[in-house]
Amino acid sequence: MKMSAIEPRTDYLNAGYSVRSWLLTQDHKRIALLYLLAITCMFFIGGAAAVLFRLDLMTPDADLVQSETYNKLFTMHGVIMVFFFLIPSIPAVLGNFLLPLMIGARDLAFPKLNLLSWYVFIAGGAFTIWAIVHGGVDTGWTFYTPYTSTYSNTHVMSTALGVFIVGFSSILTALNFLVTIHTMRAPGLTWFRLPLFVWTMYATSLVIMLGTPVLSIVIFLVALERGLGFGIFDPALGGDPLLFQHLFWFYSHPAVYIMVLPAMGVISELVTCFARKRVFGYHFIVLASLGIAVLGFLVWGHHMFVSGQSVYAGMVFSILSFLVAVPSAIKVFNWTATLYGGQIGYETPMLYALGFVGLFTIGGLTGLFLATTAVDVHVHDTYFVVAHFHYIMVGGAVMAYLGGIHYWWPKITGRMYPEWWARLSALMIFVGFNLTFFPQFILGYLGMPRRYHVYPEEFQMLNVLSSAGASILGVGYLLPMAYFTWSLWYSPLAGDNPWGATGLEWQTTSPPPTENFPVIPTVVTEPYDYETNSDQTITVRRQGEFAHE
Amino acid sequence: MSSSAGALAHHFANIHQQRTAARLGMWIFLLTEVMFFGGAIATYCIYRTLHPYVFEAAGRELSKPLGTLNTVVLITSSLTMALSVVAAHSGNRRRLLGWLAATMGLGLVFLGVKAIEWYTEYAHHRVPGLNFTPDELGPTAELFFACYFALTSLHALHMIIGLAVMGVLVRLAYQGRLGPERFIPVEVTGLYWHFVDIVWIFLFPLLYLL
Repeated sequence: MKMSAIEPRTDYLNAGYSVRSWLLTQDHKRIALLYLLAITCMFFIGGAAAVLFRLDLMTPDADLVQSETYNKLFTMHGVIMVFFFLIPSIPAVLGNFLLPLMIGARDLAFPKLNLLSWYVFIAGGAFTIWAIVHGGVDTGWTFYTPYTSTYSNTHVMSTALGVFIVGFSSILTALNFLVTIHTMRAPGLTWFRLPLFVWTMYATSLVIMLGTPVLSIVIFLVALERGLGFGIFDPALGGDPLLFQHLFWFYSHPAVYIMVLPAMGVISELVTCFARKRVFGYHFIVLASLGIAVLGFLVWGHHMFVSGQSVYAGMVFSILSFLVAVPSAIKVFNWTATLYGGQIGYETPMLYALGFVGLFTIGGLTGLFLATTAVDVHVHDTYFVVAHFHYIMVGGAVMAYLGGIHYWWPKITGRMYPEWWARLSALMIFVGFNLTFFPQFILGYLGMPRRYHVYPEEFQMLNVLSSAGASILGVGYLLPMAYFTWSLWYSPLAGDNPWGATGLEWQTTSPPPTENFPVIPTVVTEPYDYETNSDQTITVRRQGEFAHE
Repeated sequence: MSSSAGALAHHFANIHQQRTAARLGMWIFLLTEVMFFGGAIATYCIYRTLHPYVFEAAGRELSKPLGTLNTVVLITSSLTMALSVVAAHSGNRRRLLGWLAATMGLGLVFLGVKAIEWYTEYAHHRVPGLNFTPDELGPTAELFFACYFALTSLHALHMIIGLAVMGVLVRLAYQGRLGPERFIPVEVTGLYWHFVDIVWIFLFPLLYLL
């Protein structure tokens, strides 16, 4: 079997062991691992904040922390999770690692910019962490004016500067991806032979390029107002605080698609591989990705239905928000149709993928509730909204990220992960997630507002359920940390293609050599050619696994 | 953007691919710049629509002659930049250095004139947050000047970055590391410089003329 025939050879991991060979590397695979470490730290910092306020919310009163601290905790959770974990997660880790491999290139187009983007990320993170350590910030991750520009006495400037800086990191990554996809595809790899993951990276990069600069400029304007007294959003001078919200959501709604489009790309790869079937409706999935990228820019006003924007604007934004659900639904239907008649295997990545499809569907459908102006008036700024976007961002993006990490772990490290533990953690995350966030739908519908420290006693039971779920979820997230680390030394070697998957990344060795491919491959077939490729059966990997256990 | 003259970076298949990538990279970067300035210009336009009379009156306080002079200076610098690109393609090092120096000189003239304008506005107590004193136009004039200083300082910052990059190009050209084999750095800097010029072409009428 292929598994045992692995001789020592040079790969990107053993190409150099010095600190310098990592910190000054221009290899996209090593930079992906630098990102993996950085965002994992950020994930646990953001998660720790969530643990604290979920503990506090076990009782109706302010028992554990004071209200100011509570405000700082949810702000820190939001800022870190959105800007320093979710947005970079799949693109900067999996995208960085896989994009050149999937298109048969030796690296991204601009390796130095790629390394620079990581340092920019670290610099942005440093400012934000500095703000947290020196007393935190209490504005919420949305930084609404005039509270942010005038009234808040916390570390707004350094946090905002951190977010401003980290935006350039996303821009550099997205620029690199767009240029690489346009100019560096292997011979024969036409646009409609690209893996769907690459297409979603393309669509995501477009959203990053068009959205992030608007966030940068609005942060710049707020900084001018707070730092230098330029009253740009000051009503006393005729400025409009709502304009801040428009500009903010012009980026921050598309940012949701920056988080979920890459997740959809990962799921497309996982579903086809573990259904052993050609993906259903490839072209429709591609067009849906691009459709989401475009329509996603036209719906920001649905965050502002109760802000006093005009009723007609509200109606238009409502209709457009319904429209953006169409391409998302196309994807869900196509994944389901891909499963139909497939030889479905329940390996861990597939568990995450199936979890994603269900949770994303709930998150998406509750989004339609919120896009309905009349319903939104009732549930606006309640836990219903919190539950909705966590179903998209955690149930969607984080599930897909973890599924992707498990799926490509053998390629990244050359070793399998322990399947039994991984399935257990996938199950815990699924159960813990639903227990945490489903009660929040009910809480919100009953009228509990988000971001409140104390609440009436009648809401306690649902809050306790939610906090109990969060504890399960927390353990579910810690488990992969442990077994992935363990697997680096003790797991069996994976071989080049443990899943019998199509895709150029599986044709090179695991871990890949620094130059990715000894000879650049020529592509002659469509992606996901599982029907004609049936000799590479998944039993190869299963034998390895049982031998280990 | 390889480090040695004319060399093909290891990860590109050929020099054509490398050049296409560099050009596309700059165009995409400029796309982000369009959105960046677009956000600020949109903010200004919305406020102008909300307060048309105050903004028009406040705009008349800016010096049209100096603004016009700067527009001419900047457009001329785009011409000299384009001539630098031609010189780089043809490998004429002396001309390349000359046109780059001319472009930098014109850029510095622009910044000098801009500094005179800013100083005049400072002398007239028109700088928000520093010494703005409301007159008969009322407090909203401060909003105009906040937008004005935000937009023109962002534009000047982009010019300074452009001048710094040109300084590097002059050094490379002086060392003989630019030429018909390696002209892409000059070409993409040219794209950037033309973009900065175009931003001013929008700012000048919006702030000074309307």
